[in-house]
Amino acid sequence: MSELLDRLVRDFGVTEITERSPAITTLKVSREHGECLIRELRDREGFTHLNFIACTDWIEDGIFRLIYMLHNYASRQNLGVHIDIERDNAEMTSIHTLWAQAWTYQRELREMYGINFPGSPRLEENFCLEGWDDMPPMRRDFDTVKYSTERFGHREGRVSLEPRDHMKVLLYPNRGGDES
Amino acid sequence: MKKTPDTNTTLENAGLSPEDQLLFSNARPRAYEPYPIKAIEDFANWARANSLWILAFGTGCCSIELRPLMTARFDASRFGVAGRPTPRQSSVFIIGGYVSVKTLKRIVRSYEQMQGPKFIIALGSCPANGGMYFDSYNTINQFDLYLPVDLYVTGCMPRPEALLGAILELQDDIKAGKCDGANRYVEHFDEYKANQKKVIKDWNMPDYNW
Repeated sequence: MSELLDRLVRDFGVTEITERSPAITTLKVSREHGECLIRELRDREGFTHLNFIACTDWIEDGIFRLIYMLHNYASRQNLGVHIDIERDNAEMTSIHTLWAQAWTYQRELREMYGINFPGSPRLEENFCLEGWDDMPPMRRDFDTVKYSTERFGHREGRVSLEPRDHMKVLLYPNRGGDES
Repeated sequence: MKKTPDTNTTLENAGLSPEDQLLFSNARPRAYEPYPIKAIEDFANWARANSLWILAFGTGCCSIELRPLMTARFDASRFGVAGRPTPRQSSVFIIGGYVSVKTLKRIVRSYEQMQGPKFIIALGSCPANGGMYFDSYNTINQFDLYLPVDLYVTGCMPRPEALLGAILELQDDIKAGKCDGANRYVEHFDEYKANQKKVIKDWNMPDYNW
């Protein structure tokens, strides 16, 4: 594994190699080299299985972090490829030519985060949401409570109780809910 | 029982293409009118109450409670309850838990296809007030804005006993002639439809699914 990682550092400028567990290693690569690296891992290094594509919204840094988790059946290693892309006009190379199932993930990422994958099939179609007309809902600047209240209303009489405070009042009624 | 205010007007079916509009009915739904003789109506209600057929449509996690209801331990068929595969054959729609907007569209479509008299049991907290999904961008918070509910069962999620109790209570209500949810839907059809269209943005079905 370390031999492979050394080579990836040399050839693709991979950074931030982290061994998260004996079976999972993650590394970071630039957006330009991302697709080449994944193709290399699939074709030459035996990482033939795509576990998933995920995305994290790092709104403070202005980036989306895409996580491509690859699996090698022979060595039972998982390799997570992290790729940071710009949050504004987010766009990433499509890898549906490598794994056909990738376009389903890419459709979902497009719908939930608004990331564009040029050339990916059926990208513009509805996936989970139908007729969505607002900001992609998984972006962190999307205010889900506000949206829900405006769109779906609020039932009168509904109350939310903090479990800890509520139980204190129930358990220690004589002390006014004081635990000590 | 009141009649519908404007039975003569037709529905626009604006969500359909001009070709498809020819294929679908644009008539408004009609309210159910009871038999003029009360004894016959009572007998009909008794028969309805003892042959509640549930539509096999699980909308959320609460619908998992429908399975033990039909098996040996709770055995709802004692009360004439049976599962039915299609809306045309069923009379009870159990809203099993949270309702996403996408599901709501299918629920409306299935409910309107059911033959009257038809009843809705809303199961769990989510149809009542949003439950634990009150802040979700994709689940509705008050189900009775969109379709008429005859009976609520609270809990997250309710035990099959609660659902069985609800069915017994629904039977009592039907026998007493109190379940007029379908007629409420007809009377306030425009309000219900406006609420539905407020959340279902891609309305590409007829305004009433006959």
